[in-house]
Amino acid sequence: MNIWLVMALGGLITFGIRFSLIYLFGKFHIPEIMRKALHYVPPAVLSAIVFPELFLREGALSFSLENHRLLAGLIAIAAAWVSRNTFATILAGMIALFLLQFFGA
Amino acid sequence: MTSLKNKHFWAGVRAEFPLLIGVFPFGMIYGALAIEAGLSAVEAQMMSPIVFAGSAQFITTQLIKNTAPGFVIVLTIAVVNLRHMLYSASLAPYLASLPTRWKALLSYLLTDEAYAPSILHYETNKLQPESHWFMLGAGLALWAIWMFSTATGILLGAAIPDSWSLDFALPLTFIAMVVPALKTRPAIAAALTAGGAALAAYALPYKLGLLIAALAGIVVGTLLENKTVGAHLSGDS
Repeated sequence: MNIWLVMALGGLITFGIRFSLIYLFGKFHIPEIMRKALHYVPPAVLSAIVFPELFLREGALSFSLENHRLLAGLIAIAAAWVSRNTFATILAGMIALFLLQFFGA
Repeated sequence: MTSLKNKHFWAGVRAEFPLLIGVFPFGMIYGALAIEAGLSAVEAQMMSPIVFAGSAQFITTQLIKNTAPGFVIVLTIAVVNLRHMLYSASLAPYLASLPTRWKALLSYLLTDEAYAPSILHYETNKLQPESHWFMLGAGLALWAIWMFSTATGILLGAAIPDSWSLDFALPLTFIAMVVPALKTRPAIAAALTAGGAALAAYALPYKLGLLIAALAGIVVGTLLENKTVGAHLSGDS
């Protein structure tokens, strides 16, 4: 895998997505169902990344309390819900993980 | 005319400031994680101007760390950035009269953080002469801070030991981004469906589980929203 090629293609596609409807405005009508579907991309993609990060430990699912990242992640979710702040959420989750690793088994 | 351009430009820079406070640590974490994932300092730094999309850069970093194939990374960047098509659609009427080179420049700068103040400005003040300089100001302010914070993270991150579990900041950042967006039942259903599907599909090769899980979440969210609208419970909109 060539990282520079990946970045160039990723950058081009990103630009193409951002440019697409600004460029095509007036030429096409955007179906309502597409607008709705796009709205669910961020929660769906981000959750699809976060869940395995929290539940997968060394290649296997772990739902136990000994899974420190799961507990710290749940604390971060609570912090995000209350604070709605990126930095506060990261801080809460990191501190929780440090404490669990330090005092936990 | 020049003073009018200046006025709009600096108003855009000022409007971007509160967002920059949140973006700076985000960029630092990206820089540090990119180094931790095995990218060289030059590669990590250059991804910021080339891709210029925070979430996509975080995910790219994670996928590189997991040695995902290049085409999966490119596809994932595309899926992650699909939401920008909505921004593109909503800004399009305000940018319609600009020359193509301006449309291209502002499209390059069209991140979540540049979109928010720009669309608010347009909706509040309507279309004024030279008001595209506002978006240029907001976008360039973000661009500059993103480059600088990336560099800072690369330099400081290299000195941070593994035992600090710095990589955990990645899912934490996504949590910070996704949780405030879960305002409606369809959005929550989309998130839970995608998360559950990602766990069910975690054994799939090439990280394809991520794409399938995301699509499952998007379909469920959209279907539920269509049902909810009929029952005049439309929380969102």
